[in-house]
Amino acid sequence: MDAGDVSRALARIAHEILERNKGAEHLVLVGLLSRGEIIAQRLAERIAEIEGVKVPTGSIEIGLYRDDIGLRHPPALKTDHIPPIDDKVVVLVDDVLYTGRSVRAALDALMDVGRPKAVQLAVLVDRGHRELPIRADYVGKNIPTAHGEQIVVRVVETDGDDAVLVAERGES
Amino acid sequence: MAETLLIAGGRVVDPAAARDAVLDVRIERGRVAEIGPGLAPGGARVIDAAGCVVAPGFVDLHTHLREPGREDAETIESGSRAAALGGFTAISAMANTDPVADSAGIVEQVWNLGRAAGLCDVHPVGAITAGLRGESLAEIGEMANSAAKVTFFSDDGRCVGDAALMRRALEYARAFDAVVANHAEEAALADGWSMNEGDVSALLGMRGLPAEAEEIIVARDIMLARLTGGRLHVPHVSTAGTVDLIRAAKARGIPVTAEVTPHHLTLTEDAVRSFDPVYKVAPPLRTKPDVEALRDALADGTIDCVATDHAPHTRESKDVEFDAAPCGMLGLETALSIVLTDTALDVSTMVERMSVAPARIRRLAGQGGPIAEGAAANLIVFDPAATWTVEPNALASKSRNTPFAGRELKGKVLWTIYRGRVVVAEGRISNGER
Amino acid sequence: MIKHLLDITDLNPDGIQRILETAANLQPEGGAIRKYPALRNKTVVNLFYESSTRTRTSFELAAKRLSADVVNFAVSGSSVDKGESLKDTAQTIMAMGVDAIVIRHKASGAPHRLAQWVDAHVINAGDGMHQHPTQALLDLFTIRQHFPSFEGLRVAIVGDVTHSRVARSDVQALTMMGADVTLVGPPTLLPPQAEHWGVATTADLDAVLPKADVVYLLRMQLERQQAGFVPSLREYSRLWGLDSARAAMLKDDALVMHPGPMNRGVEISAEVAELPRSMIIDQVTNGIKVRMALLYLMLGTPGEVAANG
Repeated sequence: MDAGDVSRALARIAHEILERNKGAEHLVLVGLLSRGEIIAQRLAERIAEIEGVKVPTGSIEIGLYRDDIGLRHPPALKTDHIPPIDDKVVVLVDDVLYTGRSVRAALDALMDVGRPKAVQLAVLVDRGHRELPIRADYVGKNIPTAHGEQIVVRVVETDGDDAVLVAERGES
Repeated sequence: MAETLLIAGGRVVDPAAARDAVLDVRIERGRVAEIGPGLAPGGARVIDAAGCVVAPGFVDLHTHLREPGREDAETIESGSRAAALGGFTAISAMANTDPVADSAGIVEQVWNLGRAAGLCDVHPVGAITAGLRGESLAEIGEMANSAAKVTFFSDDGRCVGDAALMRRALEYARAFDAVVANHAEEAALADGWSMNEGDVSALLGMRGLPAEAEEIIVARDIMLARLTGGRLHVPHVSTAGTVDLIRAAKARGIPVTAEVTPHHLTLTEDAVRSFDPVYKVAPPLRTKPDVEALRDALADGTIDCVATDHAPHTRESKDVEFDAAPCGMLGLETALSIVLTDTALDVSTMVERMSVAPARIRRLAGQGGPIAEGAAANLIVFDPAATWTVEPNALASKSRNTPFAGRELKGKVLWTIYRGRVVVAEGRISNGER
Repeated sequence: MIKHLLDITDLNPDGIQRILETAANLQPEGGAIRKYPALRNKTVVNLFYESSTRTRTSFELAAKRLSADVVNFAVSGSSVDKGESLKDTAQTIMAMGVDAIVIRHKASGAPHRLAQWVDAHVINAGDGMHQHPTQALLDLFTIRQHFPSFEGLRVAIVGDVTHSRVARSDVQALTMMGADVTLVGPPTLLPPQAEHWGVATTADLDAVLPKADVVYLLRMQLERQQAGFVPSLREYSRLWGLDSARAAMLKDDALVMHPGPMNRGVEISAEVAELPRSMIIDQVTNGIKVRMALLYLMLGTPGEVAANG
């Protein structure tokens, strides 16, 4: 996907979110750190353009909720900002949906913090190979991949441009 | 009866006879019968000493045999075995047993147990003060006149802190031509210590014993020796400052002698960084400059002899936090090897320091050479070049607290002949005839 | 991450930074206390031979907020009291299946011996006069909340350095991170060998205060007067205690710190303890975060990593 594809995909997702939830009321966008947060902010901007409503946006750190603690080197933790979620419809946002384990961890983290009315999932890319019964409500693009491949998502805010690339594992 | 032995082709190093040459030695009925080149075997059991050194057996002035009272750590029998394997034909059993060896009864008991073991001469050391309490003199005369004929007195582990009492001890012991050896540790500076006071103790947050705690007492005792004419011996010298004091005293003709342990000749306080209690000892391991001063002093004779301060402790007692562990290291079986491997002493000087000098200090007949016709046959044969690795579980001592575990050392005792009997053959205790 | 934390020098600057950064991202300000499932399958044992409510509770809460199971082997009433040796206790604990042991003991080097006898991670919570590594970590964390860098930061550590495991760990931690440390106190309580520690030493507190960025006060115990290290606590307090007059000599942004518990009126006056520049309460809060970060990184790292960081 190039910058244009990414932009159009996010626009479509924003519309779908509003359509499905019949507006922006009670919506909260929470992005998985760290690219998920950036995409969540972009979605919030689109929603503001379409509906004229500012949806609360935040981020969630799943490092302490992973199911592979002790099996691999602990990745660096970041501070998260979870807005109030009680009785809200939380749309979890991430860049790539793969095994589903990160989303499972994010769900656990959310449940520790409050009791949302509903949780939906928006991802820029679904690359298949689910290992848990998790599915996305909103998908930017389906990109089937092999295990030996890697999806690389770049965003302007941190990487200089917007793009989604398929690479061999080990390539940067 | 002892067999007839011929020790053939060894380098006989006999400082007491000013002799260092390849010679054969013939032993009959417990005594040296003949010494010369190319002796005929004539039915003797031949011991091939080619490439090895033949020397008078070593004499240890400082051994803790723990019996009576702590037989779980060592007995006179197991300690004698360790001694024989280390090349010692005479050892001194320190008095800090339980009960304390401060009476004729106890020293005779030790004496008898030594004779029963029959592997080396066990010379009991008598306590200076009753019960090692440092308050009043023990019955020195009784012990001197007992069957044990005690001529060496020490309160080791404890220091005689009272100057008046130490003076009396030096004076009184003169009547028996006995030596007084005081463990030098000024109690007021020794509060709760577990290692040397210095850079390492400051870093490790451990209470330390400063060098001055030893030097203050040594200085005092030297002056008291001068005052009384008594025979002072300084045990386990550990600091450069003590060496200086002894050197100055000898230069002034004061009758003081001194010993150093093998571990103080090689280990420093850095070993304690591991917090392994095997390195906890009294006096503590000191600094590199101290080690160098001790080596120089042993080489130039300021320190007269090497003494092991063999101090067995059960495994459980050393398997604790450093602070809680007792002080002491094994030494009998590694003494020769440590001196040969870690110091620059030549073989002849080493024999002088480990056999001749200690025998002379304790005035022991039949020990220390000379290896001459008619002399008691207390000899060893050792290979100065043979290497071996120290394996704690293979030691003859009942305890395992050697600081040299795993080290590869040079110098191995192959044969120990005690009163003409082979007690160590090819590096192993011999079950030969008694 | 390292397998054991016995001395603060087991960590290098990178390792320390990692722990501080992780701690900074736990328990974000202004929210309810979060409980994370990260160490759900782990058991942490507190083996405290010296009683210490503060440190033990801190470790206990840190472990519990990561959902680990915590067992307290406190001194009184346990087999420890009945004379069971440290080695026996260690083997008993290991037979029960434990992931980490936090040990406080009055003998320097006890944690190092323990690490020889057990498979679990060993964390030194204070051994004799030797080290208190997690105290140093939470002190660094507290300082970093107020100063952007340790490089060249002027820290004065005041009091009984000779008997202080906190001082030893803090000196090493601060000098490792590039700070400028001065030890202040009576000569009887500053080891002369400290000259080799890369620090300055002085008996003159007033000379040091105007330039200090951090003044770290050590607890002054009554036993020191009784053992003759100082003539009296009153004299100690007059010469080396931080009272309001001395606190006024400090720079505006200078911090006052203390590992606790305080002897109010001896090394620190009650008023100074309550000044806004006093970080003593923050140190306690930060202690839990830093210990959480340490437990997470240690127990969350697979197998044994020999290197630092």
